[in-house]
Amino acid sequence: MITNMEKQAQAYEIMANNKDLNLKATELRLGLPGSESPEREVVVHGSAIKILVAGAKRGFSDAINGGYGVGLVKNGGQETDVLVTPKPALLEKKTQVSDKLNGQSSSPAPKQQVVGWPPIRSFRKNTMAVSHTKNEEKDDPKIGSGCLYVKVSMDGAPYLRKVDLEIYSCYLDLSSALEKMFSCFTIGQYGSHEVRTRDGLSETRLMDLLHGSEYVLTYEDKDGDWMLVGDVPWDMFIASCKRLRIMKSSDAIGLAPRAREKSRNCTEPNNE
Amino acid sequence: MNPHRKRAKTVDRVDSADSAAVSSESTQMRPFPSKPLSVDRVNSVESSDSSRMRPFKDKILLVDRVDSVESSESSRTSQFAGKVSGFDRVDSVEARVDSAGSTRMSRFPDEVLERVLALVDSHKDRSAVSLVCKEWYNAERWSRRHVFIGNCYSVSPEIVAARFPRIRSVTLKGKPRFSDFNLVPEDWGADVQPWLSVFSTAYPFLEELRLKRMAVTDESLEFLSKKFHGFKALSLLSCDGFSTDGLKAIATHCKNLTELDIQENGIDDLGGHWLSCFPDSLTSLEILNFASLNSEVSFDALEKLVSRCKSLRVLKVNRNISLDQLQKLLSHCPQLMELGTGTFMQELISGPVTEFKNMFSNCRNLITLSGLWDATPLYLPVIYPACARLTFLNLSYATLRSDELANLLSHCKSLRRLWLLDTVGDKGLEAVGSCCPLLEELRVFPADPFDQEILLGVTESGFVSVSRGCPKLRYVLYFCRQMTNAAVATIAQNCPDFTHFRLCIMNPGQPDYLTKEPMDEAFGAIVKTCTKLQRLAISGLLTDRTFEYIGKYAKNLETLSVAFAGSSDLGMEYVLQGCQKLRKLEIRDCPFGNAALLSGLTKYESMRSLWMSACNVTMNACRVLAKERPRLNVEVMRDEEGGDDSQANKVYVYRTVAGPRKDAPPFVITL
Repeated sequence: MITNMEKQAQAYEIMANNKDLNLKATELRLGLPGSESPEREVVVHGSAIKILVAGAKRGFSDAINGGYGVGLVKNGGQETDVLVTPKPALLEKKTQVSDKLNGQSSSPAPKQQVVGWPPIRSFRKNTMAVSHTKNEEKDDPKIGSGCLYVKVSMDGAPYLRKVDLEIYSCYLDLSSALEKMFSCFTIGQYGSHEVRTRDGLSETRLMDLLHGSEYVLTYEDKDGDWMLVGDVPWDMFIASCKRLRIMKSSDAIGLAPRAREKSRNCTEPNNE
Repeated sequence: MNPHRKRAKTVDRVDSADSAAVSSESTQMRPFPSKPLSVDRVNSVESSDSSRMRPFKDKILLVDRVDSVESSESSRTSQFAGKVSGFDRVDSVEARVDSAGSTRMSRFPDEVLERVLALVDSHKDRSAVSLVCKEWYNAERWSRRHVFIGNCYSVSPEIVAARFPRIRSVTLKGKPRFSDFNLVPEDWGADVQPWLSVFSTAYPFLEELRLKRMAVTDESLEFLSKKFHGFKALSLLSCDGFSTDGLKAIATHCKNLTELDIQENGIDDLGGHWLSCFPDSLTSLEILNFASLNSEVSFDALEKLVSRCKSLRVLKVNRNISLDQLQKLLSHCPQLMELGTGTFMQELISGPVTEFKNMFSNCRNLITLSGLWDATPLYLPVIYPACARLTFLNLSYATLRSDELANLLSHCKSLRRLWLLDTVGDKGLEAVGSCCPLLEELRVFPADPFDQEILLGVTESGFVSVSRGCPKLRYVLYFCRQMTNAAVATIAQNCPDFTHFRLCIMNPGQPDYLTKEPMDEAFGAIVKTCTKLQRLAISGLLTDRTFEYIGKYAKNLETLSVAFAGSSDLGMEYVLQGCQKLRKLEIRDCPFGNAALLSGLTKYESMRSLWMSACNVTMNACRVLAKERPRLNVEVMRDEEGGDDSQANKVYVYRTVAGPRKDAPPFVITL
């Protein structure tokens, strides 16, 4: 019978004989790639032990563009941007995390959504999404006071977000918030658009803010129809909106041809 | 080479190495080792099927005596040690007159053996039985009626059919578990059709088919419904590839259907017409579960079906069935044992709630209740009359709050299993702790798992409350957003009988929120205290220390799920070295590399499978593993073409006697 030790020896022998395994390269180390650290050490900063998930590839990199997220913190209707660094587990090997780890232990990190995490089956995910929307429609004070969460999806983005429509007072606020939320996904230039105060009911404004004419903001109303955001007064909108979708303008056929035309007029020179 | 010497130590399934003995030659048997494994005492064997034998242990011990055998003509004891010579098929029973002590070894008469083995149900026990000697192997294979295949690629349908000629019931599992969370691309495989094709000739009298994570098409369902005339029970869990048209075929053609159980599949819902396809002559249905289908069925057809199936004991309807429709249904089947309701409220309140108050009063056998979609405090009291008898209550689709739950649970003294949504909060869990002392299983699901701005749900304190009130807890699945080491240590002390501990701290890599330390000590406490632990899922900020604990203490661990954890290869190595009973290891997003992978070189054949995704493994290491272990399939899923030593992003390793897959799609590379 082969003993455990012999098995172990066997395994290591195989590894030693295979130079191309490049174990050293896959060995977890601190420091930038290319630098040789004299010996491997587990670095402890304060009470937290750092973890470098060097192999965190596809699931993460697909979901995280740029590595930094912007969280929205509700503060009585006004939005404040909170720029925070992600938790160390989300950073790639290349970055030195030690200093950042020390600094950010108290601030809440944005919880970036990762493929297949948390581990919930699709059926439950889909069902709970429907339940939640149904509850919102009922306007039952018991369920969740003053919350009107709707899902926001964007064509081409790997995951959905949710917004509470109650915290916005006009289309302008909503569109700025959405723009910030989805900025990491948009292709093309991220320009800084001046936010001009106006009685904002204009879909043109929304087009502008969504990076020219590339995308339009649409919503599904209570009847299941997809409408262009901005056509109706704000109060009517939040009463009937079930969910939002940032659609490619080329897909927004039949929604409101007039609006689409307007959007074309706003085309920036470097688009298409 | 004697395959039995190299056989894996724990042999418990068809997918294990005992099949290897069959695969090499289907009829000719290799000699067994000289000393057989021994079997436990058989205390009394009666001819009736209702009696139960004492279960065999994991390793069979020597048969000492058969104390009383009623059915057979030879009632004396026999003892055997050493090899069995000869090769006798049990179906040809000859009157055996053994001279008791004249030979070193005498056998059981075949009849006795068959009677005894007919009472052995557990597939673990049966696999153990088959290892005793050639005669027992044969007796077992001829008497087996149900085969469980935990990994459809570990064995081929031809091998199964060759070994077990008389199967009536098959359980088949396909894709790796992480496919439930979208980590496995579509068209990966696990098609059921090749199995059905072989079974249609080998087991024309197949009665039951239970599939989990298999790819099933409408054509396959139609094939099933037409080729197997006595077919009775179909259960599909987490499968995909079919539509309600396939269900139509089942309803139409399976004249003896007793069970149709459709759960959480990736099904193309084309409408509810399938239910109307049950012929009026079908009265045999015992189990009907269509809770996860979205389309409305004809209530009239459903009502008629329920009325004429007098043996119906499980009925789980979908959300479209309203309260008053449910009431009508219940009036036709008061004998129900398990009920899944539809939507538990009325859109338009047509009458007072009191009209429903007797809905459950006749359901004296009801022990399981689920569904309860949209349940509100207004209608929930309707179920109170049935609560005292309930042993399983599934509220995981009801957005209840703590007070609503507390009111409900005060009526549910007999609960053994409870599934909840975290909307009930810690206060709700306190109610669980105080009302349900017999609780053995608790699952708490997150109502808003992807919501990043809401910080609701349950915390460590709710879990502790439950553990205080429910010392018999053995199965927990708990989703939360914060946890502490101290809390888990307390929980372990309160509930030392855990067999399944699945803790999901939803933010990856999150430490103890009070001390900011890793959660190592939490899982350390669990594995040290809960010696019966079979399944563990870990989360939070974890270093190699966690794995050191697991390897050192979790000696009964069979399934381990790891995500965003560990500091180095050592983590995985600890587990592979220490957990002797490990069968399934699934890892994602951990810093384990080639050394870790290869440290399990000699272990993987004793396991069902290993999954590693988004770790640090390269193609070359996988090649080495594949080369050194030809009885493993080492599969890598690739997204794009890479060089020779590029990252192996998704690795799936499993033991098999069927060789490399023949149906692997282009993105799956078998090394």
